[in-house]
Amino acid sequence: MKLTLKIWRQKSANDKGKIVDYKLDDVSPDMSFLEMLDVLNQELIDKDEEPIAFDHDCREGICGMCSMYINGRAHGPDRSITVCQLHMRSFSDGDTIYIEPWRASAFPVIKDLIVDRSAFDRIQQAGGFISVNTSGNTQDANAIPIAKESADTAMDAATCIGCGACVATCKNSSAMLFVGAKVSQYALLPQGQVEAADRVKNMVAQMDLEGFGNCTNTGACEVECPKGISLDTIARMNRELMKANI
Amino acid sequence: MGGFFKSSIGRKVAMALSAFFLMFFLLQHLAINSLSVFSPDAFNEVSHFMGTNPLVQFVLQPVLIFAVVFHFVMGFILEIKNRKAVGVTYAKNNGSANSSWASRNMIYSGLVVLAFFVLHFIDFWIPELNVKYIQGDMSGLLEGTQDFRYFEELQHKFHSHIRTIAYVVSFILLGLHLAHGFTSAFQSMGGTAGRKTVLKNIGKAYSIIIPLGFIFIALYHHFKYVLS
Repeated sequence: MKLTLKIWRQKSANDKGKIVDYKLDDVSPDMSFLEMLDVLNQELIDKDEEPIAFDHDCREGICGMCSMYINGRAHGPDRSITVCQLHMRSFSDGDTIYIEPWRASAFPVIKDLIVDRSAFDRIQQAGGFISVNTSGNTQDANAIPIAKESADTAMDAATCIGCGACVATCKNSSAMLFVGAKVSQYALLPQGQVEAADRVKNMVAQMDLEGFGNCTNTGACEVECPKGISLDTIARMNRELMKANI
Repeated sequence: MGGFFKSSIGRKVAMALSAFFLMFFLLQHLAINSLSVFSPDAFNEVSHFMGTNPLVQFVLQPVLIFAVVFHFVMGFILEIKNRKAVGVTYAKNNGSANSSWASRNMIYSGLVVLAFFVLHFIDFWIPELNVKYIQGDMSGLLEGTQDFRYFEELQHKFHSHIRTIAYVVSFILLGLHLAHGFTSAFQSMGGTAGRKTVLKNIGKAYSIIIPLGFIFIALYHHFKYVLS
């Protein structure tokens, strides 16, 4: 496959940045998207040029690092995948592919395709946990009976890998699917319910403080989420916050 | 509770609450306007009641004005905040791959509805206030006759081609606004039922029937005049 790549290059957080065109010949359809970028980077290194900086870690769809907006969609054209799970067979010979970093004021670009997602960490630190006394006599979580439906729904919410695709794809750069998932995974379980009111208040307050936008229920986040987190988690967060304030 | 309405979710809830009131208002407005097609006398009677009843005039009307102004002002505030949250935009963005046109363009369909409101207020509401509260004529009668004026006034407005076209276009955009807004309001209030079949279908029906009803009434009176 021969490809034209239009890739966002930005030297540092303060650099203006621009789209740079690259031609890549002999791309195998069996390569993953990240392997294709590895090949391009090797070519750039061989030519003594600066390789393209991009985030990646596990390359098996669970770390959520590979934050790329490919041809106008978070993680590219396929559903329920991260970039490492995207393969070049999803493209055609002669294609032009745009590769951009996540765009949101709360996710500033650090370099090229790498963005700073520490805003998510701060939201987690504001309440995305349960307070457990681990003094040596911790109760086994399995000792508390939990309805299967609640356990399953909580587990579905807990599959969120915090990749930020929801923010990247949202026309308002809203983080509500991420926060909704985190609030839901605890709100559905007895261990999380004790601190539910403070958790939702603190996490939403931190989300607002970080400068994420307001959800307008377009549903784009749910479609682009690699883990298929449901919009129902946002509705649950809305209910939890209303409940916490009444 | 004050802090709640300052949060991003609180603002969503406030938008949804004002939207519920406005959607109920649209339903009753269409119901009354429909009378102008079936029975001019009934339309006159109901219009006179609505125009002179103190509860409607001094309680519901101010609430309506507040809901309209609040919904638009909050819509603009949220749009400005959201644009700030986005910052740099993508060189290539394929929004249609994951969301509907109506959901992504609420601000534009809303702006058309706002422009329509201005026209509608100039057409009906301001003259109505003038007759009743400045000139002090609460009779509702056509000058020099014993007949009610409401049906005559309504018909007269739809003589103009341009006004009729403006009304029809505005109602189409209102339909698109409602197509997303109806279920969105339920989702904002924490309901997941908006995504299930029954409420989704009610939303679809509402967003088609309401604008189509208003369009039919406008065209009915226009063509009745043009063909007479």
